[in-house]
Amino acid sequence: MFGKLTWQAIPFDEPIALGAAALIGLVLCAVLVWVIVKGYVPYLWREWITSVDHKRIGVMYCVLAMIMLLRGFIDALMMRSQQALALHAPGYLPPEHYDQIFSAHGTIMIFFVAMPFVIGLMNFAVPLQLGVRDVAFPTLNSVSFWLTAAGSFLVTLSLVVGEFARTGWLAYPPLSELTYSPGVGVDYYLWALEISGIGTLMAGINMATTILKMRAPGLSYTRMPVFCWTSLASNLLIIAAFPILTAVLSMLLLDRYCGFHFFTNDAGGNPMMFVNLIWAWGHPEVYILILPAFGVFSEVISTFSGKPLFGYRSMVAATMVICILSFMVWLHHFFTMGAGGDVNGVFGIMSMVIAVPTGVKVFNWLFTMYGGRIRFTSAMLWSVGFMVTFVIGGMSGVLLAVPPADFALHNSLFLVAHFHNVIIGGVLFGALAGTAYWFPKAFGFTLDERLGKAAFWFWLVGFYVAFMPLYVLGLMGMTRRMQHYDQPEWRPWLLIAAAGVLLILTGIALQVAQLFVSIRTRNQRRDPTGDPWDGRTLEWTTASPPPVFNFAIYPDVTGAEPYSGMKERALESMQPAQEPKYEAIAIPRNTPTGFVTAFFAVVTGFAMIWHIWWLVTIGLIGAYATFVAFAWRDVGETEIPAEEVARIDRATREVRAAALRRTHARQHEQGQSA
Amino acid sequence: MNTAALQPQDVPEQVGHSDAGTGVPHGATDSAGPASRRIIVGYGFWLFLLSDIIMFSAFFATYAVLSGATDGGPTAAQLFDTRNVALETACLLASSFACGMASVAVSERNQMWTQLTLLATGVLGAAFLALEIKEFASLVARGAGPTRSAFLTAFFTLVGCHGLHITAGLLWLGTMMAQFLAKGFRENIRHRFLCFSLFWHALDIIWIAIFSLVYLNGARA
Amino acid sequence: MIISVLRSMVILTVLASLGGCGETVLSPIGPIGAAERTILLDSVAIMLAIVVPTIVATLAFAWWFRHGNSRARYRPRWAYSGELELLMWSVPALVILFLGGIAWIGSHDLDPAKPLHPKPLQIEVVSLDWKWLFIYPGQQVASINRMVVPAGVPLHLRVTSASVMNVFFVPRLGSEIYSMSGMATQLNLQADEPGTYPGLSANFSGDGFPYMRFNFEALPAPQFDAWITAARSTGGVLDDAAYRGLLRQSAPLHPYTYRSVQPGLFDRIVTLQLPRGEGPRSGRPSPDIKPIAVH
Repeated sequence: MFGKLTWQAIPFDEPIALGAAALIGLVLCAVLVWVIVKGYVPYLWREWITSVDHKRIGVMYCVLAMIMLLRGFIDALMMRSQQALALHAPGYLPPEHYDQIFSAHGTIMIFFVAMPFVIGLMNFAVPLQLGVRDVAFPTLNSVSFWLTAAGSFLVTLSLVVGEFARTGWLAYPPLSELTYSPGVGVDYYLWALEISGIGTLMAGINMATTILKMRAPGLSYTRMPVFCWTSLASNLLIIAAFPILTAVLSMLLLDRYCGFHFFTNDAGGNPMMFVNLIWAWGHPEVYILILPAFGVFSEVISTFSGKPLFGYRSMVAATMVICILSFMVWLHHFFTMGAGGDVNGVFGIMSMVIAVPTGVKVFNWLFTMYGGRIRFTSAMLWSVGFMVTFVIGGMSGVLLAVPPADFALHNSLFLVAHFHNVIIGGVLFGALAGTAYWFPKAFGFTLDERLGKAAFWFWLVGFYVAFMPLYVLGLMGMTRRMQHYDQPEWRPWLLIAAAGVLLILTGIALQVAQLFVSIRTRNQRRDPTGDPWDGRTLEWTTASPPPVFNFAIYPDVTGAEPYSGMKERALESMQPAQEPKYEAIAIPRNTPTGFVTAFFAVVTGFAMIWHIWWLVTIGLIGAYATFVAFAWRDVGETEIPAEEVARIDRATREVRAAALRRTHARQHEQGQSA
Repeated sequence: MNTAALQPQDVPEQVGHSDAGTGVPHGATDSAGPASRRIIVGYGFWLFLLSDIIMFSAFFATYAVLSGATDGGPTAAQLFDTRNVALETACLLASSFACGMASVAVSERNQMWTQLTLLATGVLGAAFLALEIKEFASLVARGAGPTRSAFLTAFFTLVGCHGLHITAGLLWLGTMMAQFLAKGFRENIRHRFLCFSLFWHALDIIWIAIFSLVYLNGARA
Repeated sequence: MIISVLRSMVILTVLASLGGCGETVLSPIGPIGAAERTILLDSVAIMLAIVVPTIVATLAFAWWFRHGNSRARYRPRWAYSGELELLMWSVPALVILFLGGIAWIGSHDLDPAKPLHPKPLQIEVVSLDWKWLFIYPGQQVASINRMVVPAGVPLHLRVTSASVMNVFFVPRLGSEIYSMSGMATQLNLQADEPGTYPGLSANFSGDGFPYMRFNFEALPAPQFDAWITAARSTGGVLDDAAYRGLLRQSAPLHPYTYRSVQPGLFDRIVTLQLPRGEGPRSGRPSPDIKPIAVH
């Protein structure tokens, strides 16, 4: 009846896992009860769960990322403390638990933190920057998000019911084959990633179509903000890379479920094929994550330096060069498989070549600051912190791209330090900079800057204290994923690293505090103008939070950095642009399709993991029925009448005009005093 | 609008991205605002097809690597029956042709011909599927199932993945026919049909690749 | 010149940060490790020549052009300079050209499969769950979790796996290589300084992974011969039955040797004529496997 699912699936023998699960369950229940008691359910259902508004979906992506960041970070805390303890000793985490933790840490941080974070920011900001009303396929957008959420739900569920993979975050066969991993851990991993991977692919198609086919009049390619360019590159990479992930994970599933022989040791299977395919996805994935972060830094540095981005065309060229090159370097993840001098040499050089456009980007940011008037908000701090940190991470990366150096450092903690250096210092700092930058746009009030800056410093210092020792340990020959070790000279460095993690923990605590404090004091920190940073791109022309239709009329773009131009013109003529003729706007209707699809995806995935075949059938039929029900819908849009549009937009224009007068008065004053 | 005062001071600065607010009006650029719904839907679906083809290419690559790994079991030359495959190909191409006819019928808003041609599309597609299942069953019966060797694993997966696409396409086709019947030739349904026909033709292209790279190549070797 | 200055700076910094203890890949005991160290340090030095100025400039620009600094000139429209852009593409490109040359030459010179000597000592390495088996085909002895070699003699290793992937790695010797079932990778090494050094697996291989350690011992030639002689007189015979026993998941507490080895055993492992590692009996929902220490 319930396939492999029995009471033994609950990890009663692992008190730590069970305790953590109980805590998560308790928190979830508490939140649910609070939501129900306060009567928020209808509101959440109407305004968020069934929403197809790209801004709401973007925010939900970011919230998902932040919650999963906490989970992944707790895994990191446990790993660091285990290694700090486990010299000549078993520590407090037995191998079968420790192995789940580092596998879950990697999986969660890449798929359910970094990915939703950057996709969330793109979802929120790109349509606004393009001056359009939504993404190309709003309902599909909701489906994408909920499928990602479904994947993270399955990963979290593995904490309580069964186990997670004990294979590392990429589950190399033959270790991940049924012979060596007979438990359900790898199945959880595979189904969670298949489901969320399809969501990501849909999100990529959606966003790429949006950027290529939906832009405000006059917003030609060469006028697009760099964030849109990097998003375009990132989403093209998603379209090209994620199908490979789907394919390779399907092959492993077939091996495990149907006794196929893709990657098995016997019957001619070839495990190296998996390693090649997974990295043919995995390396572009790195750029899928980092490119949008590059875009955020470009926007932030330009805005807070009060200047256009230096070398725009170089920046765009560099982005697209990276986009293409990222598919030609995957073999550098396994130089030590003995491919021979020619192959290793070519892939080593190709990997280094990527450093050229990346270096160009760094110089562009550098010269954007040159001649600027830099305001050190927390978003800008993250950006400068990124530039310094990322250059170091880039250097260790190029070092690992030199095959003979990699022969001595492959899979060591040096490698671990390197990719955390670029992923924390690059992707995460970018996501946090983007959050600080666009938060006021999303919610209409700014985040507390004092706490935000404190959090930044703890993160930055914590990062260096936690990861620089890992470089040293890598040079000392310590490999990754060790549950215990017997080399006393490693110990001091591991203790320092553990201390660094505590600093980061403080940083995270400060961020949580920042969120609470900012929400509590939101009335004092309202930004009525919709333009708190003196922004340069279109998202700042609309109100904060933007109305559901984003723009009352499509902005008429006459140059790059359109909002700077509009503000300059308005200051020149001392009056805002003429009131346009308002028209009714059709917006897509909310639909539970995404949520319901994700529900059936979870049912199907869970049933597959536990071999409950009748439930699989129900899940699949349910998904198909949802599809048909959606297809049968007669009215897909609702119309907002012209008067309503006018009313909303006039209020915004009023505030804008007042702000304009203030700016003008201030400039006048400055002119006199000078 | 007084733009003269906003001109940059020296020439090099004018060349870059700094022409904020002073550029040419949008009439001079290629960008005239968001594209029409039909373009957007079609374009998005093309991107999806592209990604689908990339997925198939991963299966093709795996097949190429594993096609020699027979583990002492039967080889491609011993197994493939080109006659059956030729028949399958004929069914699929005819199905695609019927789908093309359906496009004409849809653009003519002719309900009867739409239904008839779509039915022909479906029947031919189902015939293809039946032939494929027959082939698979006979292979399994001969002890050449997917668990026999890595070569057969890769073969069954590649061809089976195409078969799964056909199955999904048939489900979609049935839904499409019901929609035309119940809702008529509404714009968004025609857009969906556009996507379906793209999908169906793309599966043809993939089949041609399977036919030539897997079957013809294998039967010859 | 700058490079060599930077290089000595790198060495000094790294050594200082390692506390001078020297137990690192930067204090190699053989020619392969030494060559890799040279490439590693040179590459870092070359990159520092561009990385250090960039970091300094970042901090300097950020500080000088801060909002409150009235002495800094605000150039709100300055966003392009052809010369600068040419420079910022060409400088990294030149550095990469240089490094790329090093990488190309290095990956050929230090290709693990490249022989050091026409007649090296042959050793066959098998990774098992969770122990290392070293077979000396010329001497017809084998050893578990202890690799003994004569110092100063070139070694030729053929490496395979009897179950999942592992990586053979003696940090102070240099060059890692994957061990994979159904194929033999090759590795050429040489240890010049006698001593005992830690060796380990650098690729995660399951719950017993941290037990995949072994001692790498480089002995002066006479002592090596004595070890071989001693090994020939103790321990069991490594035949098919003994090999099957090794396939069970276990982590031996102490190293031990086999007095003789069935000829061609390694090749039969590589060509899959012998069975693969058994793996655990089951995972959750009935977890019954923990690494078992035997002997």
